Amino acid sequence: MTFIPKPKLHHPDLQKNALGYTRRDYEGPVSTLCAGCGHDSISAAIVKACFELDIEPHRVAKMSGIGCSSKTPTYFLGASHGFNSVHGRMPSVATGANLANKDLIYLGVSGDGDSASIGLGQFAHAMRRGVNMVYIVENNGVYGLTKGQFSATSDKGAKSKRGVINSDEAIDLVGLALQLGATFVARSFSGDKAQLVPLIEAALQHKGIAFIDCISPCVAFNNHEGSTKSFDYVREHNEALNSLDVISGRDEITVDYEPGTMEMVTQHDGSVLALRKLHTSYDVNDRVAALSYMQERAAAGEIVTGLLYVDPNPRDLHAHMDTVETPLNALGDDVLVPGARALERINAGLR
Amino acid sequence: MLQQVDRLEALQRVNDFVVKFANVNGSGSASANALFAKSVLRMGVTATPRNIFPSNIQGLPTWYEVRISEAGYMGARGGGPDLMVAMNPQTWDGDVASIEPGGYLFYDNTKPMPESKFRRDIVVVGVPLTRMTNEAYSNPRERQLFKNIVGLGALSALLDIDPAVIEQLLAEQFKNREKLITANVRALHMGRDWVKANLGDPVGLKLRKADSVGDRILIDGNAAAALGAVYGGATVCAWYPITPSSSVAEAFTSYCARMRVDKATGKKNYAIVQAEDELASIGMVIGAAWNGARSFTATSGPGISLMQEFIGLAYFAEIPAVIMDVQRSGPSTGMPTRTQQTDITACAYASHGDTKHVLLIPEDGFECFEFGALAFDLADRLQTPIFVMLDLEIGMNDRLTKPFVWDDSRKMDRGKVMTAEELQAGKKFGRYLDVDNDGITYRTYPGTHPTKGAFFTRGTSKDSMARYSEEGHDYHENMERLLKKHNTARSMVPAAIERKAKQPTRYGAIYYGSTSPAMTEADEQLNALGVSLDLLRVRGFPFGDEVAAFIEAHDKVFVIEQNRDGQMRSLLINELEINPKQLVKILHYDGTPINARFISGAIAQALQIAQPAKVTEVVS
Repeated sequence: MTFIPKPKLHHPDLQKNALGYTRRDYEGPVSTLCAGCGHDSISAAIVKACFELDIEPHRVAKMSGIGCSSKTPTYFLGASHGFNSVHGRMPSVATGANLANKDLIYLGVSGDGDSASIGLGQFAHAMRRGVNMVYIVENNGVYGLTKGQFSATSDKGAKSKRGVINSDEAIDLVGLALQLGATFVARSFSGDKAQLVPLIEAALQHKGIAFIDCISPCVAFNNHEGSTKSFDYVREHNEALNSLDVISGRDEITVDYEPGTMEMVTQHDGSVLALRKLHTSYDVNDRVAALSYMQERAAAGEIVTGLLYVDPNPRDLHAHMDTVETPLNALGDDVLVPGARALERINAGLR
Repeated sequence: MLQQVDRLEALQRVNDFVVKFANVNGSGSASANALFAKSVLRMGVTATPRNIFPSNIQGLPTWYEVRISEAGYMGARGGGPDLMVAMNPQTWDGDVASIEPGGYLFYDNTKPMPESKFRRDIVVVGVPLTRMTNEAYSNPRERQLFKNIVGLGALSALLDIDPAVIEQLLAEQFKNREKLITANVRALHMGRDWVKANLGDPVGLKLRKADSVGDRILIDGNAAAALGAVYGGATVCAWYPITPSSSVAEAFTSYCARMRVDKATGKKNYAIVQAEDELASIGMVIGAAWNGARSFTATSGPGISLMQEFIGLAYFAEIPAVIMDVQRSGPSTGMPTRTQQTDITACAYASHGDTKHVLLIPEDGFECFEFGALAFDLADRLQTPIFVMLDLEIGMNDRLTKPFVWDDSRKMDRGKVMTAEELQAGKKFGRYLDVDNDGITYRTYPGTHPTKGAFFTRGTSKDSMARYSEEGHDYHENMERLLKKHNTARSMVPAAIERKAKQPTRYGAIYYGSTSPAMTEADEQLNALGVSLDLLRVRGFPFGDEVAAFIEAHDKVFVIEQNRDGQMRSLLINELEINPKQLVKILHYDGTPINARFISGAIAQALQIAQPAKVTEVVS
């Protein structure tokens, strides 16, 4: 969906969240992506998730690289600072930003070219460092802005719009994220809002690196017969592992469920993830099992979606580094500059 | 063991000579060598040590050269050493050949060398270091380490270094570890006693107590720059290991551990990330600076090459970033452990598209500290990358320098940052709106205000309100404003320092960075030949008015540099529209630090001044 121009005056009955904001307050200017682009659905899901979680828009920093996906932060959270950086390098910019101010919410949006091709290195290192952020890859298997070349997540054997067959193995970002120690790993589909919105909400509340690989078909260059990232193909091969309700700490938990089909995961901030298990034997807290399950199902041609792994007590980069509680960008001269007397002592030690 | 001298008298010098140690890398000689240099300093005589080392960890030859000069000369002198301490058989022939005529060779004669391996115009002093240490110690590690100290003891006796000075240094080095102090002092005297008992007074190079050190301190430029970053308020450092810059980040780490840990909680008021590569390190620096933290990276030429795209982003999106570039010989891997001033144009015009960057060029540790701190104020005030241009020569060598000073009334200047209060009060905010007509616009930190002041940072073209725009006039206006900002920087960077000749002259010389001490000495050598030069030391880019005025005031200006292409000269010609014929290249780029004899010789030659035969190093 492409956003229509938004009126300044809103309908008086538009629903407000606890902060008094309406959904409109979380939107941005009109999207310039193609009509029907999966990315716009993801933007809408981000808007909904932030609205529902009562997040103050200005407490979010939107980070991206280069590509169609990386353009999208312009189109949501207009009251947030955003940074459209360098191709494949969003993770390092987000890491630096996070180091400077641990109190903001970092929402990184990237694409498969941005994260799996040119930026695979930075993707990997952000995962292993545990930067406290949400990292969404809007995965369409194709370069849109340069008109339809394969990306590194294109499946082997997939056919491009021009009829070329991809002969290279695909990079599975979910598998990498699991291996590299990401503490929240999910896969979703831009066409499944009911699944995607709660996943984004859970990721936003996760205090560590939260990775979502979101398959997001490219209507212009990768939505044809023979593509493995088209709407039709993904719908046919989607195997949802679970469905998720996010219950923030203050809400009463009122989910009805059959015994053994429901799992409650309490996150560090007190929010509860109510997981409706569609595969009862799957343990969402078992990284090793997740890895082998994902590989097994991929070999069977399924695209497994849902929350794949979560560590309820993650440690992030700041915890590893043991930084002070005050954001580093708020420290003043009194704390940072040791002063003349300390310098005299240093001088004395150098004679 | 004494070799009779042929033809020449042996050198007789007091407080003015060069000692070079030829070592095997990884043999533990570094600490004894540093002790030697420090003991000279403690005797009040200026000593300037230089590490000369290959790109290797263990087994390849290294040298440690100490220039001793009561007159205070700290640049490389040029020529060979007056005393060679030849501990490395692998480099023996070259080492012996390099000694100045009439000079001295000190070696371990446990296995005496045949006479054919010496020269007839030098004095050879053999001391059986291995035999002594093998007799005194049984542990191989002790034998190796104490051999260096026994050697130091022998040298101290030969050169008249006060043993009390070395004992004091050992006591400071091994503070509260009495066993180590006693063992080292014993080894020291073992060497001294042997020399006293077995040799007369074969070496004519002597140290006498003097007062040419004053209150100066000894520090390497990398550590000084790192300390500058601490005082400059840096909280985020992201770096990738690369010679010769790694010790900047390492020194920052240790200074922070000492001075930046919160006393109450033990938590850190800083974050240091060893990134996966230089692209990531500059990306983190830019991300942190965008978010309001003072951040920096330290790198060398290959890292600068890798950072190009990001540097362009920081320039165009106007994000502060401090980049400390410790230059080494390029291109490509070049000579990674050899010094050069070879990234001047690469940094001044870094990245694709039209860019111009601010460079700060320190001459020594004092300025590394000063500029290291200043860079953060300038980055915030100008909202652009600031390069601090060190090189291996000043970065990795201990050097005497004025003591650091700090004014406690000085506060971090965060530049034009609009606050929540100002936004709330209705102050107009446009991220790229030039309200003060100096090219510098206001920014906001992310998270400042719930409804005002947010903007989108991008590497694409935009209008003054930070909205994406490919309109020609928006792009053009923005690029012109960036030029205006660069022009504003001219008055902010440290001005060039001029030193006038005693009499009026038509000739000038422009130099910068680590060339400084050699230039000072060369100037005196040229004076002795009747050549007068006005000197201008450039300390920053963009150039202030004083640089153009200096060039205009002289018929010919020598531009002395340590690179092949005359990069600073190109920058002067390009930026100041100087007639190239007016600027004469004096270039030294073999990887060794530029020296006074080279500079004076090259300038004398250019002026067709007859130089006396190499008398300067001749024997008295």
